[in-house]
Amino acid sequence: MAVTTISRSRAKVRTEGPPFSERWGGLLFAAPFLILFAFFLLWPTVSGLWNSFFDTSLAGVQREFLGLQNWREMFNDPAVWASLKNTLVFTLMSTPPLVVIALVMALLANRKGFLGWFLRFSYFAPFVLPATVVTLIWVWIYQPGFGLVNGILGSAGLAEIDWLNTENRAMLAVVITTVWWTVGFNFLLYLAALQGIPEQVYEAAAIDGANGWHKLWRITLPLMSRTTGLIVVLQLVASLKIFDQIYLMTDGGPNFSTRPIIQYIYESGFTSYRIGYASAISYMFFAVIVIVSIAQFKLFSGNKEAGR
Amino acid sequence: MHPARKPIPPRTTRPSRRAVIAGALAGGLGLAGGLSGCGSFSGRPRVREWNLFGGGDGARLLQIHEQFVAEHKDLDFQAHTLAWGPPFYTKLAMSAAGGRAPEVATLHLSRLKGFSPTTLLDPIPLDLLAAEGVTEADFLPETWQRCLVDGQLYAVPLDQHPFVMYYNTEICKKAGLLGPDGLIKPVKGVDALVEMMRAVKDVTGKFAASVETTNPWRLWWTLYGQLEGPFFDESGTRLALDDDKAIEALQLMSKLATDGLTPRSADYAALVATFTNGDAGLSFNGEWEVTTYQAAKMPFGMAPFPQVYDVPRCAGDAHTFVLPHQNGRSAADTKATITYIAWMLKHSAAWAAGGHIPAYQPVAKGAEYLALQPQANYRSVATEVQFDPDAWFSGSGAQLQNDAGAAFSGVYAGRATPRQALDQFKAAAQKLLDTPSPVSGRS
Repeated sequence: MAVTTISRSRAKVRTEGPPFSERWGGLLFAAPFLILFAFFLLWPTVSGLWNSFFDTSLAGVQREFLGLQNWREMFNDPAVWASLKNTLVFTLMSTPPLVVIALVMALLANRKGFLGWFLRFSYFAPFVLPATVVTLIWVWIYQPGFGLVNGILGSAGLAEIDWLNTENRAMLAVVITTVWWTVGFNFLLYLAALQGIPEQVYEAAAIDGANGWHKLWRITLPLMSRTTGLIVVLQLVASLKIFDQIYLMTDGGPNFSTRPIIQYIYESGFTSYRIGYASAISYMFFAVIVIVSIAQFKLFSGNKEAGR
Repeated sequence: MHPARKPIPPRTTRPSRRAVIAGALAGGLGLAGGLSGCGSFSGRPRVREWNLFGGGDGARLLQIHEQFVAEHKDLDFQAHTLAWGPPFYTKLAMSAAGGRAPEVATLHLSRLKGFSPTTLLDPIPLDLLAAEGVTEADFLPETWQRCLVDGQLYAVPLDQHPFVMYYNTEICKKAGLLGPDGLIKPVKGVDALVEMMRAVKDVTGKFAASVETTNPWRLWWTLYGQLEGPFFDESGTRLALDDDKAIEALQLMSKLATDGLTPRSADYAALVATFTNGDAGLSFNGEWEVTTYQAAKMPFGMAPFPQVYDVPRCAGDAHTFVLPHQNGRSAADTKATITYIAWMLKHSAAWAAGGHIPAYQPVAKGAEYLALQPQANYRSVATEVQFDPDAWFSGSGAQLQNDAGAAFSGVYAGRATPRQALDQFKAAAQKLLDTPSPVSGRS
């Protein structure tokens, strides 16, 4: 006993504090991630802000300091605000159905046997397809003249609709495609939450004489409110980042009525080589996402208070 | 990646782990950096080629490249096909801005000045080209002139690709439009065009011609060119569109759609499909879909786009070879690259089978090309090709075409009058003019 004590105190004298591995081990383990984070996220974020004060060009031309000129141009550029509005419209149009339909699907598919398996499979299947495949399928479905949707409308004696080439309607067409494609992910989250609700709760409710409707409104939905919160947050962020299906289906048309802000950033920076200007718009959009996220956070912490 | 290219094993035996680590460190962040300075593994001159041919012409390019590789065992040749349009030009610009570009790339001639030649491209050594037997005299003068920037050659033209008229021979025969030689009888003037299209519509029961309504720039630029309408004033910096002529062209497009002779709404895929499935007996498009229609085994011919107005003119462009900027251009690689360019020009009859008109005149006048059917039937338009306006924001896939598409598609859809569409296009073009040019030198 005594010997051990001595050796320990000697060791203490030698190293002063916890050993090397304890002091730096954590950092070492985190280092690969930290380096990647700094190199591929932190540095580009800072240099993007830096670039927005220059007329940085993709063409490698000597750049000049512009001060706030890019920012001033952005605030006076109607295309920036039109495309930002398109992004917000898409987000508002797509988020509610993507949450509600996913919930309904989960309720339908939460059963045993072949039907349950089949529903789960078919609800989730579209999500595994790549954007290119999904848009290719839907662009043909929407075609006037020989598309599936217009074929059905025609055989029902209705007039053809030019889905992708009519302002206002093109965005709806993109939303329908997006819901079909991505609702499977939210469905899966809901399904997992449903299966996490203990059976005893329902049994107890049944003994108290609750019918199916009561169970849904009084037990299932309240117990899944945290999942709903998560899905709404994930969906809002995903919808704000809309780019690929619009780029592939309408290329922002007709007449820029579906062009999202990210496509305008892409066109300014890459088609027109104006990296500096595109950086300024990116930063403005970054601010919008931060504001939305903060609002969301406030809303949810408020809910929690009310829940108590 | 070229399917025929097999990876060439390094000459040395397997390097030790230490050597690999040392090499990677010396080269900066990894393999790409480590290898860029010292040529290919094999020690043979290296030619890396980037192109944007993904359609029917792309399939032909691969066959031509296979022959090149078979005939040039002394060269390390690697070809890469990238997505057409902005994605291609973005990657090319970034690789050249970083000085690590491939040895050679394709570029639309209309985009040459917008691509900032003095910063992104290296001039083409005329002496090496001449040593391979290719000189200025082998090209049409106006094409060659467009390849010069500040008196230096920055691009070697491979072909010209005009806007043409495809016609379904079966449908047009029923409509009585074919001559005794089986070719479509040329028409001249607006009335003759409409009359011809009515006859076709009577046969198909649907449309006369398939057009791309979502981006009608090429058709409008063709019609406006036939009216000899200007785009810039003499200084080349101020917009000088002739409203009356621009609207006349738009009105014709609008009339064709309202009368049901062309679709009111069709994107590029629908343009191709409407012609292949026989819903339209004519198609107004660039000539590059030959291979698609041949593969569909449909009976078709090709002719110059009709002269509807004052002068024969058609929108068009040319594919060229350029040398993207490299920080350490190796003389051996450059020489091999010029060998490749010259070889491609001399073998451009095979390329012409995909629809393009050879720019290299010895081939354009050669028997092999003249025997190509229906490709040789519209070769006369090579001198009537009208390039896009000369500006940094103009050319194939550039912003001006996007803005024109957005404005002019409204005329087809019935969303805008020709006047409204023109005003919108003029405002967009003026905005581009007012934007400080992101490329070197004002253009």
